[in-house]
Amino acid sequence: MINLTVNNVPVSVEEGTTVLDAAAKAGIKIPTLCHLDGVSSPGSCRVCLVEIKGARTLQPSCVTKVAEGMAVSTNTKLARDARKLSVELMLANHPWDCNACTRNNDCELQSLAKSMGISEVRFPYEREELPIDKSTPALVRDMNKCVLCRRCIGVCQDTQGVGSLAPRLRGFDTIVGAGSGDNLCDAICVQCGQCSAVCPVGAIYEKDSIQDVWKELDNPDKYVVVQTAPAIRAALGECFGLKPGTLVTGKMVTALRRLGFKKVFDTNFTADLTIIEEGTELLTRLKKALVEKAEVALPMFTSCSPGWINYIEYFHPNLLPNLSSCKSPQQMFGALAKTYFAQKEGIDPSKIVVVSIMPCTAKKFECERPEMNSSGFKDVDYVLTTRELGHMITGAGIDFVNLEDGEQDAPMGLSTGAADIFANTGGVMEAALRTVYEIVTGRPLPMEKLHIKPVHGLKGLKETSVTLTDCKPDWKFLEGVTAKVAVAHGLSNAKDACDLVAAGNKHGWHFIEVMCCPGGCIGGGGQPRLTTDEVRKARIKAIYKEDEGRPMRKSHDNPAITAIYKEFLHEPLGHKSHELLHTHYHSKAK
Amino acid sequence: MSKPRTYVLVPIDTNTVTAGAREVKNAISAEIGKRGLSEEISVVETAAFGPTNAGVLVAVQPDNVVYANITVANVAEIVEEHFVKGRQCKKFLLAGEKPAIPKASETDARHLQGLGRIVLDNCGVIDPENIKEYIARDGYFALGKAVTEMQPEDVIKLVKDSGLRGRGGAGFNTGLKWSFCAPVKSKEKYVICNADEGEPGTFKDRLIMEGDPHKVIEGMAICAYAIGGTMGFIYIRGEYKLSIQRLQKAISDAREYGFLGRKIFGSKFSFDIEIKIGAGAYVCGEETALIESMEGKRGLPRLKPPFPAVCGFRGKPTNVNNVETLANVAPILRNGAEWFKKFGTAGTPGTKVYTVLGHINRPGLIEVPTGVTLREIIYSYGGGMKSGKFHFAQLGGTAGDIIGEEMLDVPLDYDSMQKVGHVLGSGAILVVNDSIGINDFLDSCMKFFVHESCGNCNPCRNGLKIMKDISARLKEKKAYADDIDGMEEISMILKSAAFCPLGQSPASPIMSSLRYFKDEIKKGLDPKDSKPKTRHTQRELITLTPV
Amino acid sequence: MTVSEIVESRGNCRENLLQILHDIQDSSGDNSIHTEAIDELSRIMGITVADITGTLSFYTMFSMKPRGRHIIRLCDSPPCYIMGSENILDALQKKLGIKIDGTTPDKAFTLETSSCLGTCGVAPAMMIGDEVYGNLTADKVSKIIDSIRKSEGR
Ligand SMILES: Cc1cc2nc3c(=O)[nH]c(=O)nc-3n(C[C@H](O)[C@H](O)[C@H](O)COP(=O)(O)O)c2cc1C
Ligand code: SF4
Ligand code: SF4
Ligand code: SF4
Ligand code: SF4
Ligand code: SF4
Ligand code: SF4
Ligand code: SF4
Ligand code: SF4
Ligand code: FES
Ligand code: FES
Ligand code: FES
Repeated sequence: MINLTVNNVPVSVEEGTTVLDAAAKAGIKIPTLCHLDGVSSPGSCRVCLVEIKGARTLQPSCVTKVAEGMAVSTNTKLARDARKLSVELMLANHPWDCNACTRNNDCELQSLAKSMGISEVRFPYEREELPIDKSTPALVRDMNKCVLCRRCIGVCQDTQGVGSLAPRLRGFDTIVGAGSGDNLCDAICVQCGQCSAVCPVGAIYEKDSIQDVWKELDNPDKYVVVQTAPAIRAALGECFGLKPGTLVTGKMVTALRRLGFKKVFDTNFTADLTIIEEGTELLTRLKKALVEKAEVALPMFTSCSPGWINYIEYFHPNLLPNLSSCKSPQQMFGALAKTYFAQKEGIDPSKIVVVSIMPCTAKKFECERPEMNSSGFKDVDYVLTTRELGHMITGAGIDFVNLEDGEQDAPMGLSTGAADIFANTGGVMEAALRTVYEIVTGRPLPMEKLHIKPVHGLKGLKETSVTLTDCKPDWKFLEGVTAKVAVAHGLSNAKDACDLVAAGNKHGWHFIEVMCCPGGCIGGGGQPRLTTDEVRKARIKAIYKEDEGRPMRKSHDNPAITAIYKEFLHEPLGHKSHELLHTHYHSKAK
Repeated sequence: MSKPRTYVLVPIDTNTVTAGAREVKNAISAEIGKRGLSEEISVVETAAFGPTNAGVLVAVQPDNVVYANITVANVAEIVEEHFVKGRQCKKFLLAGEKPAIPKASETDARHLQGLGRIVLDNCGVIDPENIKEYIARDGYFALGKAVTEMQPEDVIKLVKDSGLRGRGGAGFNTGLKWSFCAPVKSKEKYVICNADEGEPGTFKDRLIMEGDPHKVIEGMAICAYAIGGTMGFIYIRGEYKLSIQRLQKAISDAREYGFLGRKIFGSKFSFDIEIKIGAGAYVCGEETALIESMEGKRGLPRLKPPFPAVCGFRGKPTNVNNVETLANVAPILRNGAEWFKKFGTAGTPGTKVYTVLGHINRPGLIEVPTGVTLREIIYSYGGGMKSGKFHFAQLGGTAGDIIGEEMLDVPLDYDSMQKVGHVLGSGAILVVNDSIGINDFLDSCMKFFVHESCGNCNPCRNGLKIMKDISARLKEKKAYADDIDGMEEISMILKSAAFCPLGQSPASPIMSSLRYFKDEIKKGLDPKDSKPKTRHTQRELITLTPV
Repeated sequence: MTVSEIVESRGNCRENLLQILHDIQDSSGDNSIHTEAIDELSRIMGITVADITGTLSFYTMFSMKPRGRHIIRLCDSPPCYIMGSENILDALQKKLGIKIDGTTPDKAFTLETSSCLGTCGVAPAMMIGDEVYGNLTADKVSKIIDSIRKSEGR
């Protein structure tokens, strides 16, 4: 342990702790801006400066490590003045238009200015206004508001391993550049929106679809239905000041009804369906490999994350055959809403508008893909992020926190606990194994509360195995087979998994779950800010709680799923399924 | 062949080449040949030895005569007069007096050194492209002595004892710096010669490299031996083509002679040097930014700690020294610490190479013992003011202090300067007359900083821009009433808040000029103070809105 | 030389990136680094396009905009400024009919200002390509431009 004092308060902390964390332990909060744990810590905003006895200059507390006997002061005049001036200088070079900014009241720079009592910026500053980049379906970049904290660069380069963004030029001309051009569309970008999730200000944000959705809701000719992704219910409450990890499923349903959606459905329904389709696809591939000894691409990768789809298309096109042919649950939903649901209710599908509430910006991109029109229409019309839904609810004057609980509509709103856990890393795998194990052996997964613990948690690349014994007659070929599975989240971990598979799959994996965002969809690019690991854990905990509280926790138990096969799809991987629920992707390698 | 009785030295350097030095040299050789004097008179290519804006120079030794502004058309006349008739050709003599021999602390050692030079003793005397001439003047003797007779610790101790301080600007004790890197265990360890030289007004390193490249190489090899270095790099700015060319030749010659490469002087010590070329960024002179740039990245200064001595280039222990620092090393090893300490002041032993320029009669390069005063430099070495009245001088480049007349008699060494609240810096001395207003000058300084800030940290990136806007207003006499306070406040806070010394240093010119010239600076205020109460952006006029 | 030949000759390693960029620019024909070259370099070296672009744009000697055959870099740092570099800039702009960062229509010259070139001994100074020109006057500048034009046979 290292002993030091912060403002004369003695503290002991472990070696390697930053002064920032040591001060927090002493009950002293030092403001920060550029520093974001695990993402980037360039020590460059200088908002966290403190005085350290003996040092020639002020030191950034976020990156300065403690030392024995260190005497830190956060409250000297010099340190206070320097921190305040740092913020003031940043504000001088900033469009001062909070009123018309997407981050108003949710902005780290704004709160910093407020907490420091800055009510005037004394220094005029002239610079040319940069055009706003609206070149991609999902994201908007307004570099006029950028404070160059470099969080977006860190998350894109290191966490996601994509590297679309990098600092460009130098001095006061410095901007965050995308690829070699002016716009994000010039770069290889998977549209995951992680950059927008970490940005402290209104410099990167999702493309707004709120006005479009209002227009549809206001149109009496349209029949507007909504689906909510599993990850929304554990995060939406944060938009209204609730603690991370507060489940708001029922309030969310009520709010959506009040906004005017005709049907409040659930992406969970198609998540359950995905398990049936994808599980069957896996078993078919295994059978081909083990019984027919045919050439078949194994391991199989999950395909429900559009950010991940973009990634594999750009960076590992050779592994595309390994990708499950299932569409994502959101797109399965859209396709079925405009066919199955339309037929069942006798509604003209051209009048149906499908709105998705997603934790994700990549889904805005996904719904525009040419592959996603199998209903004969654009399967999903609009995607709103969790944050956008929050804005819409607030804008409609709905007192969210005090809403009564509502329930989703049948049939496409019915789901099981297996669908809930799609929201987080390891969840799709667990849900799939709950079903696959039972199909093959006729017995439920022999684990406590049906949880596969080794794939829980925030480790980047996780693996486990399940041995299949006493198989049912149809599946005798799997007798004694140990199914090896892996789970990756965050694209840099996905890259590791891809590299291992491309190099010969030495771990002998059969099935790999990949989610683009760190933590899975609960940490998606469209979720309320800021998603730290603490927040991820809280949301994941809430999701497992939701799962455990359900009467049905296995996808194949969902009666609405049984019904849709009986009435419409007939069989997994059947003709209708292929037409509506499956697709193939193509290389985008440059 | 008999030994020639007279040498004609023609400096071929970046400045003289454009004035036609090569052609002049060829013409002299031809003329001397024509008159059958080739046996007695040897024409030698050398490098700059002092004055820089006197066109093509021709020096005759041992006669100690320097002709200036020579063109091919003058050659016949000079050869006729000087070599045939044996009298000096008055009309071509270098204007003013010859660079005087330093008179401060006349010691025996001074006389041993001829012109009193340690670093530049060969510059303008030998052919820098001929390793034999360097060897003939005891070159590589010090390296041989070090690797065959001395332990690395002894080398470090000797350099430490000599009191040599880094000549790159910060003035840190060189031996001490080496002693940080030496004990760090690592298979690879690097010695980097910092030849980025971007500080405006500083070009001493270029002239050292052009005039005596082997001295730098020898210094690097000795440093490597002392700290356990396995490989050396010279990071040099891309503009220095002639330096690059001469260093390249010197390195390959040194390799050929076994002064670089495997098992130097038959010892166990192996070392080689590679040249790395920059691409235009002043901040890359800062040692950690330099390392980033050498790794092929944007030249952003790194967070310290870890210091380069522990984790530098390629993450390995690395020692970075300035060109001039390294050029002092071989002479110290050859002559000992006591010898070195006889030069200059107690706190800053040795000599200092200055580039003196501006509105003076003889701009150029001088090497003088530390402790010489600015007045001596301007009026004796620099030949006095060329025009106008002395207004101010800036020491150590654009990042240095601006001083007024009252400081002319302070001895120039790190400690004396510190006592009066100034820093010595890199060795540039810019002398400015009263034709240039202080606000015009400050604006030019701020323009430089804004252009060269790396933009990594917020206070420097945004603060410098604001200060630049203020200096532009002062220059135009349109500054707002609170502008001077604003500039002072920002520069003072930057001094402790900026990430690296680049952002910390604008405080030097700003605060020092406020110290001497506040009244003149105030003349830049607009009497009407038309400061806008609203903040103008191109989007619209937005009233300041409290959040 | 093609991009891959340049990388081959310098060594495919990040450390050599600046030198590789110098070479690419020198062999570009218009003193600039083209986006196609960056794409190819990214593929060959495994460095992202954004990273390469960010790196080259940091250094003033590189440009992504096509430039003239001769790049004039006029020093505007304080030592040259006090010796009258502003007048030289005016003279150059007038002589060439272009502004800072402009290129003459015949693609012969691009005019840039630069920080100290390390030739302040002959301030005011400029470089054209690798050549240094010092002690400049408006008259001298005009002659220098003419002589370069003449040596190009125009
Ligand atoms: C912005 C900046 C520019 C610098 N430029 C140079 C330079 O061009 N040459 C140099 O030797 N040192 C330069 N330095 C100083 C170096 O960081 C470093 O202190 C020096 O190379 C150490 O060598 P020395 O101990 O031999 O002086 C610069 C420092 C800063 C902050
Ligand atoms: S600028 Fe970065 S290092 Fe400084 S306080 Fe803010 S987050 Fe911490
Ligand atoms: S980014 Fe923040 S500070 Fe800037 S305009 Fe938007 S809300 Fe205001
Ligand atoms: S959306 Fe994702 S891939 Fe694209 S720039 Fe942002 S972080 Fe990078
Ligand atoms: S865009 Fe946002 S996250 Fe990226 S550097 Fe700018 S302020 Fe930071
Ligand atoms: S995993 Fe993500 S994309 Fe898939 S259904 Fe869940 S929330 Fe939607
Ligand atoms: S992990 Fe979820 S939020 Fe992230 S890109 Fe995939 S589907 Fe979208
Ligand atoms: S002080 Fe200036 S030059 Fe130094 S790191 Fe900060 S921005 Fe870059
Ligand atoms: S806080 Fe309200 S009154 Fe004040 S400026 Fe903003 S909108 Fe206007
Ligand atoms: S938070 Fe520490 S420097 Fe930005
Ligand atoms: S080989 Fe050295 S950095 Fe690439
Ligand atoms: S200041 Fe112009 S060349 Fe140095």
